[in-house]
Amino acid sequence: MKKLNIQLITGIFVMLGVAAFTYQAVTIGGVSFTAQPGYTLMARFDSISGLREGAIIEAAGVRVGTVSAITFDPDNYQAIVSLRINEGVPVSEDATASVRTQGIIGEKYIKLSQGGFPDMLGDGMEISATESAISLEELVGQYIFSSKE
Amino acid sequence: MQRAIESLGANVIASLERTGRTFNLMLLVLWELVQPPYRFYPIVRQMYFIGARSMVLIVASGVTVGMVMGLQFYNILERFGSVDLLGSGVALSVILELGPVMTALMVVGRAGSSITAEIGIMRITEQIDALECMAVSPHKFLIGPKLIAGVLSVPLLTALFDFVALFGGYFVGVVMFGIGEGSYMNGMIDNVEWSDVRLGLVKSVIFGLLVTLICCSRGFYMHLTKAGSEGAEGVSSATTDAVVLSSISVLFSDFLIGALF
Amino acid sequence: MSDASQTNNAISIRDLVVDYGPRRILSDVSLDIPMGQIMVIMGQSGAGKTTLLRCMLGLKKPASGSVNILGTDIVTASRHDINRIRKQMGVAFQGGALFSSMSVAENIQLALREHTNLDEKTIEIMTRIKLDMVNMLAAEHLMPSELSGGMTKRAALARAIIMDPKLLFFDEPSAGLDPSTAAELDQLIITLKNTMRMTIIVVTHELDSIFKIADHIAVVSAGRILETGTPQQITSSSNPEIQGMLNRKPRETIVDTDAHLRRLVGG
Repeated sequence: MKKLNIQLITGIFVMLGVAAFTYQAVTIGGVSFTAQPGYTLMARFDSISGLREGAIIEAAGVRVGTVSAITFDPDNYQAIVSLRINEGVPVSEDATASVRTQGIIGEKYIKLSQGGFPDMLGDGMEISATESAISLEELVGQYIFSSKE
Repeated sequence: MQRAIESLGANVIASLERTGRTFNLMLLVLWELVQPPYRFYPIVRQMYFIGARSMVLIVASGVTVGMVMGLQFYNILERFGSVDLLGSGVALSVILELGPVMTALMVVGRAGSSITAEIGIMRITEQIDALECMAVSPHKFLIGPKLIAGVLSVPLLTALFDFVALFGGYFVGVVMFGIGEGSYMNGMIDNVEWSDVRLGLVKSVIFGLLVTLICCSRGFYMHLTKAGSEGAEGVSSATTDAVVLSSISVLFSDFLIGALF
Repeated sequence: MSDASQTNNAISIRDLVVDYGPRRILSDVSLDIPMGQIMVIMGQSGAGKTTLLRCMLGLKKPASGSVNILGTDIVTASRHDINRIRKQMGVAFQGGALFSSMSVAENIQLALREHTNLDEKTIEIMTRIKLDMVNMLAAEHLMPSELSGGMTKRAALARAIIMDPKLLFFDEPSAGLDPSTAAELDQLIITLKNTMRMTIIVVTHELDSIFKIADHIAVVSAGRILETGTPQQITSSSNPEIQGMLNRKPRETIVDTDAHLRRLVGG
């Protein structure tokens, strides 16, 4: 009887702990256990300046995916970003992917603007129209130097 | 003066010896544990003592700490007009620091000290000798289950602490001060990454190991510390040492881990 | 002294030297303990008999020398071999050393559970048999903290003999017991030797017990064996120290009072 009680209470303890942890990991940390249905598109940027893996992809202000990978292409000196787009979100062939900043000094995210072409991109294809990150320092620097003339 | 330096040197050497012994103990225990036969009920039993019985304490302090953090952060953020960062502030400070550290310190006080005392008394009443003479390994039989239970229980307790602390912060922010619920929740979700949760988990696992190991070691090797520390006084001083040392180790490794990752 | 490889000795100790740090506790101790006999190791407090016992149990490694138990030298043997020998040994410690978190029955059964695959029922029966042998059947489910001194000793004894060991060790069995309980325990020891043919080693300074139970006696003083022999031989020993022990004479008092006084005053 004593043995059963101990095992029971310990079991409850373990379950509570695991539940608490899972809640934090999934809800707050954003871990997903199932591969969300969707597809991956690639995009090349001259500068992604601060964009991180796991960054949000927005279209019309709605979250439609996450940045799944960022690699560097040494031949072209470009950043190759893998965009994991949720299922049911069509991206046209001439869509634009821009690296934007939340607020003025917030985190970087990808903004998708739909194009006009009727054909949609499939899994593994590349978005050709991209806009690199706008760096505030470069802008200010340009302004300073151009005003000097 | 010379004597002060000599005793300082002796103390340092003694401390190094103890550290080495403790590390050795961990290796010995792990080595014995991987050899069959495997007994699981003792681990469950120890998890009951170390973990399950601490639940009330952890939940109570978790809620309190969460509420305190909610209060303090609100006061500060209000001055900058950024109270919508409350969720992020509470969540990050709890998950990264307060959860692991406070849980570990409370486990030290509640379970750690009694582990040291229990093993220490077993040492001085020859119970450990009795085990050895029965060809039963005290490492495997006595310390092993406690060590495993500690490594498993402390992270679980930390998760509980975190969970109720976040709720405490929510209570203060949303219910008491009227911050938007969405603002609090989104603050948490947006600004806390899996890497943060993972770091908190790693910390709690390491703390669990440290605390259990140090407390077991102080009790187990009681007979090797300064001569004349037999009997009740020896046990109480071993227990105090264990509590102090494990607390300091938790705080110090908290810094190390934070700096390294 | 017989050859260490003779097989009718349960234990053969040769040239044992034990140090605790800078202090030499045992010097060149050699001893043979024949099979099936009760050997009493007697001596003053602090003479080193407990250390000798601990060496025999494998709890203390000597600086040099050999301790040959049932054919194996445990000083040089591997942990595995030492444990193999230990399964044929039972130890009743001075304070009982019962595991405080387990009941009497659980204490006794521990060795069975760890070293055998016997089923529950058999374990229970064997426990009861041993408890009955020491007259403790009623205490089966008590916790160690609920036992009196005598009961503790008997429970410890039951635990020591659960695996029917060939060798049985007692550390100060009558310590803290009233004379009649101590006498009961002595009788139990003799019965064990006779019925179960155990070789029994008793470390004690209790004279009454010694002469009741001993087949052989070894007298230890200041880390050395003064003399060994049968009780008659020891009683008629010409060694003044031994005679002093037997006659309960307090140790030699001071001869030079002047020197002693000077030492006290620090002059």
